[in-house]
Amino acid sequence: MKYFPHTQQDIEQMLAVAGVGSLDELYGEIPQQLLFNREFALPEAMSEVEIRRFFEELGNKNSQLVCFAGAGVEDHYSPSVIAPLISRGEFLTAYTPYQPEISQGTLQYIFEYQSMICELTGMDVTNASMYDGTTATAEAMMMCVAIAKKRNKVLISQTMDPKVRRVVETYAGYQGVVVETIPERDGITNLDVLAEKLAGGDVAGVILAQPNFYGIVEDYSGVAELCHANKAMFVMNAKPSALAVLKTPAEWGADIACGDAQTLGIPMCYGGPYVGYLACTNANVRKLPGRIVGATTDVDGKRAFVLTLQAREQHIRREKANSNICSNQSLMALYVTIYMSVMGYKGLKEACSLSYSGAHYLAERLVATGKCTLVYDKPFFNEFAVKTSVPVTKVLDALVAEGILGGVRIADDTLLVCVTEQRTKAEMDKMVEIVKSL
Amino acid sequence: MIRNYDKLIFELSKEGRTGYSLPKNELKENYCICQLPDNLKRGVAPELPEVTEFDVVRHYTNLSNKNFGVDTGFYPLGSCTMKYNPRLNEEIASLPTFAKLHPETPASLSQGALEVYYNLAASLSEISGLSAFTLNPYAGAHGELTGLMIMRAYHEQRGDTKRTKVIVPDSAHGTNPASAAVCGLQIVEVKSTANGTVDVEDLKPLLDDTIAGIMMTNPNTLGIFETEIPEIARLVHECGGLLYYDGANLNAVLGKCRPGDMGFDIMHINLHKTFSTPHGGGGPGDGPVGVRAGLEHLLPNPQVKRNSAGHYYIDTDETSAGYVSNFLGNFGVLLRAYTYILTLGKENVKMVGPLAVLNANYVKESLKNEYYLPIEGICKHEFVFDGLADKSTGVTTLDIAKRLLDYGYHAPTIYFPLLFHQSIMIEPTETESKETLDEFIAVMKLVAKEAVENPDVVKNAPHSTPVRRLDETTAARFPKTTYRQLKE
Amino acid sequence: MSKIIEGLFYAESHEYVRVEGEYGYVGITDYAQHELGNVVYVDMPEVDDEVTAGEDFGAVESVKAASDLISPVSGVVVEVNEALNDNPELVNSDPYENWIIKVQLADAAETANLMDADAYKALINE
Repeated sequence: MKYFPHTQQDIEQMLAVAGVGSLDELYGEIPQQLLFNREFALPEAMSEVEIRRFFEELGNKNSQLVCFAGAGVEDHYSPSVIAPLISRGEFLTAYTPYQPEISQGTLQYIFEYQSMICELTGMDVTNASMYDGTTATAEAMMMCVAIAKKRNKVLISQTMDPKVRRVVETYAGYQGVVVETIPERDGITNLDVLAEKLAGGDVAGVILAQPNFYGIVEDYSGVAELCHANKAMFVMNAKPSALAVLKTPAEWGADIACGDAQTLGIPMCYGGPYVGYLACTNANVRKLPGRIVGATTDVDGKRAFVLTLQAREQHIRREKANSNICSNQSLMALYVTIYMSVMGYKGLKEACSLSYSGAHYLAERLVATGKCTLVYDKPFFNEFAVKTSVPVTKVLDALVAEGILGGVRIADDTLLVCVTEQRTKAEMDKMVEIVKSL
Repeated sequence: MIRNYDKLIFELSKEGRTGYSLPKNELKENYCICQLPDNLKRGVAPELPEVTEFDVVRHYTNLSNKNFGVDTGFYPLGSCTMKYNPRLNEEIASLPTFAKLHPETPASLSQGALEVYYNLAASLSEISGLSAFTLNPYAGAHGELTGLMIMRAYHEQRGDTKRTKVIVPDSAHGTNPASAAVCGLQIVEVKSTANGTVDVEDLKPLLDDTIAGIMMTNPNTLGIFETEIPEIARLVHECGGLLYYDGANLNAVLGKCRPGDMGFDIMHINLHKTFSTPHGGGGPGDGPVGVRAGLEHLLPNPQVKRNSAGHYYIDTDETSAGYVSNFLGNFGVLLRAYTYILTLGKENVKMVGPLAVLNANYVKESLKNEYYLPIEGICKHEFVFDGLADKSTGVTTLDIAKRLLDYGYHAPTIYFPLLFHQSIMIEPTETESKETLDEFIAVMKLVAKEAVENPDVVKNAPHSTPVRRLDETTAARFPKTTYRQLKE
Repeated sequence: MSKIIEGLFYAESHEYVRVEGEYGYVGITDYAQHELGNVVYVDMPEVDDEVTAGEDFGAVESVKAASDLISPVSGVVVEVNEALNDNPELVNSDPYENWIIKVQLADAAETANLMDADAYKALINE
């Protein structure tokens, strides 16, 4: 076995030093009935050649489609330099930076990640990353409750991606936190209902999406003032790629920003690994869960980076910690750090511009087919919902037959369509032709 | 040269430089983003670096040179199972037929991916002796939380709502109590005996109808197998509780005994420990959760199933403990772990535990004259020294750890478990050769000798690393966590 | 040797209270600050919060430890030591001068449940 270095002679010599006669004796203290004595019902060892063939065949059972699906996960351009850089063994095979003297690579890129996330969101401080956008939002909910102390209700807009809502609701349920939904009106959060619910004086936090699940850019003017007047935290789940253009969570007056950074170039990879971000104002940094990297100096006065504010964390605070997260989604944080470095502000804006133009072109053309109508008449970014005159499943099937994943079905007659900078006019025109022919 | 590199990417920035290329926006004229209402647009530009692609490549290559990974050298970090991470796993995970797959692709068009998920889950069931697995949790701690949610949901669905406490050993990792608290459970600690195992006599009076269950690792954090586990399982089950297995130490028993056979009802596995997926500087990992027969429906949604025709589909169960992830976990990590299991095959999976345990005992026996071994006897995959055997030198565990860095090793886990003041927790893993271990043993002996003959060189270590000991107090008192704050 | 001041009341969890009329000044002892090491942050309640004897009202953090602050007395917080926000190290330099909260005592007789200087000295010398 190529991963085991032990020769028979090694084993014998080592057993002698260990003072036992056989490998089995190493388990001598274990009650006999607990020992596993049969063959595993697993395949026999496969060679590299066989493994490659095996996974190529499996992979071919997945369809390769031109992707107009979004709903939180988008098909973005990923610069070629990222994969080889994050694959460097020094990054890939390190663990969390417990020994800062030999982990400055990891610590510095996390510092750069934190800096960039704060630039993009406008927030003061962020942690070293979370698992994904759904759990980052659940952690934001937990922060709200921890900060509010005696309140245990949070509000979440119906325009939030249901995948996020259900994770927040799951976490909340086990903590006795009440989650109430703020209903939508014409595809946006009903701010009148929000005001009514806040007036109850028992709300710890309000969680809103930007852009929302339907791709609409909501106008949150006055929301921060409303939340703060009622001593509630304002949490914004914002798509980071769009923040190159959109008003930032900080500019809207949010206390906490969170979301999934998959749209910063991370491959879709059937749902993960992605990376969640969680950022907040300085006032709330002590309640921010997870790792945080700070700058300092070493004994020679040299600039260096180190895990800081660790006393908040689970391994020290144990059951008093706000969160049980141990580490971070480090390598994926490096992924988006390199992405943002390569793209810069200009590149991010240009990707937004391409996505926006494509989405608005496609929306107009789909409506022109007479088979689709826009569900909402609201400003949208790179995603939009259309009602189809034929069942959505039929539309999707027709598109799949031509190699296109036409979007995400969100109701029997409603399709959510997403366009990124990767989509060409020719691909969109093809999609329009197919829809028209139905 | 390399060591002197200390720039931040922001410090390479020069106005006007770019590192990307995108297609021309041929639709811009009629569909311009400028049409978006001004009140929805950001006012202040973000200060991101303006650098070339080549700047980026050199910068991150230089940064990587200030890092230490398993690829760099021996990494005996206890409880973290820093084994070799095969490159084949990486290659398979980057196959475009998986990497370009959108999670909303209909099941009929993603059968390959669902088959990977289903078969990996089945393999984990076989290896651990449990009935079914979810692969949705993203990490060990996340798996722990998920497992405890299942535990709570189990009791609540039976109308047994009084069970709000979970027992954890006093030697447990801090994550166990934190996970329990996040899941709305109160912690009750059970004491350890002198040899570090759960004190069954101390456990008995804790067991009543308010106990949801117990969380244990086996072997425990000291690398000691809990031989009383059948009795503990009997007692906990008798009082109506469930047993949770923290899979942090699964590598010790891989192929030799199974948590399911020990009596555990729920467990998580760290794919990044036991199944060789890279730790990635802290993540992504994956924390599959398994349950015994009868609890399958409680696994988080969505669930992957196979119908009688052999087709895979995505299902949701209304009685599930809930949703803990965006979709089906860190799928790319699942591909790596599945590749590893298939590469090992049934004949080699059985050897992982024994060889890991052999390596640990070899190191332990070779060093126990120089370092104080508080618990004698055969250990499992890891063991703990309580500092140097010679207590007169004033050299601490921290000093020893830092001195090891000078000699080109990652330090062991230090100051954990908390049962001893000077814990040094060593886990060699099965992928290290006798030669590597011999060299490490020689260096550990050398450090012990230095501690007597030249203690200052140890106390001031490291000397040869890119940076030396850091001022953590100032970092915490006046946190500077972004480039913007650093410039102020 | 940790400093202990006569006339204060001490709790087993190493907080002290200095009673002045109807008010009590609560802080951590010299022994406690020494055990913690360099204090980097003091998490304090807000004015008007209620505290209860035996229950936590905040925490003290050092670089790698965090310790809950357990109130030795019950009452209402009338003042918190704002200086600790910017200079948490004051707790290290003189923990008795740099109290953490000032409490309007609900029941002055509660101090009977606490230790005097001699008893506390005996506790930490154990």
